[in-house]
Amino acid sequence: MAPMSDSSAATTLLPPGSLPLDELIACPQCDALFHARMPGRGQRTSCARCHTVLIAPRTNAYLRVIALALTIVILMVAAMFFPFLAVNVQGFTNKASILDTALAFLDGGFMATLAVLVAAFIVLIPLLRAALVIYVLAPLAAGRRPLPGARHMFRLSEDLRPWSMAEIFVIGCAVALVKVSDLARVEFGVAFWMFAALVVVIVFQDGIMCRWTIWKALDDTRNR
Amino acid sequence: MQVDDLESTGRHAEPVTARGAGLVACTRCTRVWPMGETRCARCGSELHSRDWRSLQRVWAWMIVGIVCYIPANIFPMLKTQVLFTHTESTIIEGAIELAQHGSYGIAFVILFASVAIPVGKFVAIGFLAWSVRRPERLHPHHRHRLYEVVEFIGRWSMIDVFVVAILAALVQLNFAASITPGPAAITFALSVIFTMLAAQSFDPRMIWDHDGRGPDNHLTSETP
Ligand SMILES: [Zn+2]
Ligand SMILES: [Zn+2]
Repeated sequence: MAPMSDSSAATTLLPPGSLPLDELIACPQCDALFHARMPGRGQRTSCARCHTVLIAPRTNAYLRVIALALTIVILMVAAMFFPFLAVNVQGFTNKASILDTALAFLDGGFMATLAVLVAAFIVLIPLLRAALVIYVLAPLAAGRRPLPGARHMFRLSEDLRPWSMAEIFVIGCAVALVKVSDLARVEFGVAFWMFAALVVVIVFQDGIMCRWTIWKALDDTRNR
Repeated sequence: MQVDDLESTGRHAEPVTARGAGLVACTRCTRVWPMGETRCARCGSELHSRDWRSLQRVWAWMIVGIVCYIPANIFPMLKTQVLFTHTESTIIEGAIELAQHGSYGIAFVILFASVAIPVGKFVAIGFLAWSVRRPERLHPHHRHRLYEVVEFIGRWSMIDVFVVAILAALVQLNFAASITPGPAAITFALSVIFTMLAAQSFDPRMIWDHDGRGPDNHLTSETP
């Protein structure tokens, strides 16, 4: 079907019943309306008006996204049990784990709020998002019906996306190391490298996930 | 990667919008529904064809963000104690210290993330919200680009909070050296959170509404 945009488009309405509503896609950024078509292999579809990428499917995407989400969970849990950074000043040493870092604000009274926020941004939210993605996609990958609440879980996962800040934290580590370099000697622990790898996996996973394909698969409202 | 635009004809013409077609689009999952539906049956989000009240939320979050940003620059971010000397530094003093030690790159990162991004974000969000009613000020493409940059870059301001968390967790060496977070850490973190909420409250579809099509109410009067 021809894309539905020409110069008279602003006043022409779609003929009722010409296309089922679930075959349309509205750009979330500019409200332009299109007939949603699966693009060819390796191609993406973007909004003609504002160029937001709308559809970008990948082959075997479910399995790959699930594998990456599992990797995130494993790396995150493992990273909490290994030393993250160690500092050495004139014979005194101190080691800090990721949780120590997140909870650094705890002893400051009203700073406790900040401890909770930091822990959420760098550990809990990335972990929760990975778990939600597995919950949503595992049945789809197996060709089964989505688990109960899958649509709400996926929406939650998407809403939490800007609040997952693991990559910012890693850059923060680099800055912190420079800041203490004239005060102390700093050593990276195993957990630091796990966390750095985790960030790469998170960015890659977000990059290969096609939201439209997943929403389409979760949609049980097609007959409305 | 090849990008396949959904539109092939009338490239420079105004595309049909979901609202123009008498539909209301879900900005979370891109599904469209008949105008008048209040909740997306696919993902459960509230539906608004255009949420004009969202502008009030944008201004409200932004004002709270600015209010939190002021003490964040006045109070100390870091309290450092090395042997018997005790120093406190604000965000800007911290960056100046780094520059004095020759770490110009890192000083620049901190100034950029903690001063340029927050201030730029206040200005950009304010401009976007203000220009919704004065669309002739800047082409929608440029305003949309500005919105994308604000959305992408805003969360990176959190970097200085993480630096403080890492330093406070790591540098705890009794009297040899210790670092504790100052009150600015929490007000700065809150300021970043509130400005992120301000940017998320903004409905980018409003950027495009006036694009050569006159006042907003001309469109809503259309009925199928
Ligand atoms: Zn668009
Ligand atoms: Zn929806």
